[in-house]
Amino acid sequence: MARELKFNIFRYNPQDPESTPHMESFVLEETDAMTLFIVLNRIREEQDPSLQFDFCCRAGICGSCGMVVNGRPSLACHTKTRDLPDEITLLPLPVYQLVGDLSVDTGSWFRELYDTVESWIHTKKAFDPTAPEERMENEVAEAIYELDRCVECGCCVAACGTARLRPDFLGAAGLNRVGRFLIDPRDERTEQDYYQVIGNDMGIFGCMGLLACEDVCPKHMPLQDQLGFLRKKMGITALKTFFKK
Amino acid sequence: MQTIYTDVLVIGAGLAGERAAIEAAQAGFSAICLSLVPARRSHSSAAMGGMQAALGNCAKGEGDCPDVHFSDTVKGSDWGCDQEVARLFADNAPIEMRQLAHWGVPWNRVVPGKDTYFKGGKIFDKEEKEENRGLITARDFGGTAKWRTCYVSDGTGHSVLFTVDNVCAQLGVEVHDKTEAVALIQDGTTCFGAVARCLRTGELRVYLAKATTIATGGFGRIYPCTTNAVICDGGGHIPAINTGVVPMGNMEAVQFHPTGIVPTDILVTEGCRGDGGTLLDVNEERFMNVYEPDKQELASRDVVSRWMTHHIRLGKGVKSPYGEHLWLDIRHLGEKHITGKLREVYEICTSFLGVDPIHQLIPVRPTQHYSMGGVRTNKDGHAYGLKGLFSVGEAACWDMHGFNRLGGNSLAETVVAGGIVGKKIAEFLQGCEVTFNSAVIDSEVKKQQERIQNVISCKAGTESVYKVKKAMQDALHKGANIFRTDAGLTECVESLQETLERARKVGLKSNGKGVNPELSAALKIEGQVKMALMVAYGALKRTESRGSHNREDFTARNDRDWLSRTLAYWKSDSDTLPTLEYEAATNIFHIPPGDRGYGKSEIIKADDVKTTDKG
Repeated sequence: MARELKFNIFRYNPQDPESTPHMESFVLEETDAMTLFIVLNRIREEQDPSLQFDFCCRAGICGSCGMVVNGRPSLACHTKTRDLPDEITLLPLPVYQLVGDLSVDTGSWFRELYDTVESWIHTKKAFDPTAPEERMENEVAEAIYELDRCVECGCCVAACGTARLRPDFLGAAGLNRVGRFLIDPRDERTEQDYYQVIGNDMGIFGCMGLLACEDVCPKHMPLQDQLGFLRKKMGITALKTFFKK
Repeated sequence: MQTIYTDVLVIGAGLAGERAAIEAAQAGFSAICLSLVPARRSHSSAAMGGMQAALGNCAKGEGDCPDVHFSDTVKGSDWGCDQEVARLFADNAPIEMRQLAHWGVPWNRVVPGKDTYFKGGKIFDKEEKEENRGLITARDFGGTAKWRTCYVSDGTGHSVLFTVDNVCAQLGVEVHDKTEAVALIQDGTTCFGAVARCLRTGELRVYLAKATTIATGGFGRIYPCTTNAVICDGGGHIPAINTGVVPMGNMEAVQFHPTGIVPTDILVTEGCRGDGGTLLDVNEERFMNVYEPDKQELASRDVVSRWMTHHIRLGKGVKSPYGEHLWLDIRHLGEKHITGKLREVYEICTSFLGVDPIHQLIPVRPTQHYSMGGVRTNKDGHAYGLKGLFSVGEAACWDMHGFNRLGGNSLAETVVAGGIVGKKIAEFLQGCEVTFNSAVIDSEVKKQQERIQNVISCKAGTESVYKVKKAMQDALHKGANIFRTDAGLTECVESLQETLERARKVGLKSNGKGVNPELSAALKIEGQVKMALMVAYGALKRTESRGSHNREDFTARNDRDWLSRTLAYWKSDSDTLPTLEYEAATNIFHIPPGDRGYGKSEIIKADDVKTTDKG
């Protein structure tokens, strides 16, 4: 016998003056291999066509569908109902601006982050289309990719104690992004340059070490190690600066 | 009405769109990309495999060069491509890979020394040279003479997209995400920008530009089963189609992949079958060894997809709440192999299906995968029909893929074509002056406002957009799928014409306020059905089999009558069928039509004498 699932979903349309934030329940019969992607689309198509949520690749690759599932920030597309109880509560990710219902604006948040941390290779070298590529050890390339795997879904930021207290905190995703460039030999920035960006409470010294980021990351990024590495690196940079004076 | 001016407006912020915008920005022009989603969530990010470019650095790529890449591409296209364009692509691909390396893509590199690799279940040795240490390496992909596919682990598209979006941020290319273009602003000869709907507020906005570029990817979502992301719904093609003067090229050329999982249609790699996986039916019996005794499960994508469909039609499919499917069996490969070499497949099965492929069967079916057709452009990426309108990437029919594209050539096309077309856009903008006519702008805005009001107030009817969409998808699935016949396509076209009538009567159930998803769907549905008709009608009229277009009643590739590209127009709003015109597939032949060297080789040659009854 298939289970009857009850979904309690946060509803609010900020563009509709008559709408107020509230919870609404929907009931669906469970089917084989059911994911929240299937659930939410069925609710929209069969019960309430105004329901807002975000999916894109629906394959755990693009990071669009972050939401709070029974209290835990997760990607909805790879959340299977068989792993959940009969009653399921869905809330939008906190920290980000609400667009409506389960949809939030992660795009603006991350775009601002790219500018803050200057999320690009800083080099004085110009590209020469006639020359062969610069060589790189494969191990170095793989280490960079390991940090480049973040899909910017925002789950780590939504689960972060500091991010809830400080709107300007870069979060694990932002700090990881800096770490990615720090280990890239093509980027000519010095540790001092990075210190200017993350050597403060907005950056690495804002982290309280609660590490929910690591727990919720759907891509299993090595966030704990990464935060530890940056803290040590920036701590040493701070000391060096202090003794130079 | 908020009105925003930019030199270049790019609709879509995936790899092709952003790469083109970078060229314009580097030439000193302002550029804005519109995107349904934050740029880095674009579907380019889902391409795992890699990009073909003839660098020839790795041992199995030795002796590779753009000529060989070009030749593979033309054969792959079944001689349906524009050979001048395929040549441009192959020549520029190696330079583009190096450009991306300079920008920060962590390409996998050559590791010198002895190594082994698998082919057809057997182990072979290879040795990478010390002198090539640290250069960009490549992996093997189908339909290529050399190992040519540059890659970043299993996340090539993701990594390249992040890099290219970084460069956009650096150069000040703006990305207006959660914004959807709903119409082009044009006077029948020149394009002046687009009317867009903000998906944060639901309000309309006007973007004025000297050059407008459509780079919104494929349109797989007009099919019910597709590996494409939910945003790949043709939303960028529709504004071009609705002008009546911009043709879509080769819309009937649609690629299917044999192993999409059921439900959700996520792709599992060909490597499963390459390493010895088998396909089973409802009785858990193999069938490919019966249909293709020689190649069995390892026949080409098209061939396997065709037999799978045939077998389901015989009633041998497995019934499920998500439709019929077959089984992929990799259990005999063992835990070590499955969690090692096929780790990605293992993760997809466990994460999305709750199936453990070490002990359980994987539900699969042939699934729409790639749109070779799209906005027809010349080799500069300039769209036919409107000055100042460009298109690039999967959205465009540029046309290097013809009737079948090779794995690794589509992701490479995004950046290679993006670079080439971006430069041409910058050239176009040099000294280009445009006079914007407020009457043209206002009338388009008014038209869109009325359209929205009418849908909200159910002026034309109360058809459910979701039901109409399902009818469209089902018609295509049934009639314009892997197997195509005159009877099936005729029925499909008729059914789509009825669906078109229904699409014109769609009205909302909800109130349509703000970012209403039902409204977004309703604004696209008529255009989507028009696209579906372009696919089906184009397929009906093309009485031959070429690449992915397979007619059971015309099984030969016919170079005498069909060495051509279909151009589909929607000339008038009240039309119920597209208008089809044809042009030569290519004006320059570097390689004359011949045998591909794989698949069937039934060919009617260009100089074969025409008989009156082809049967």
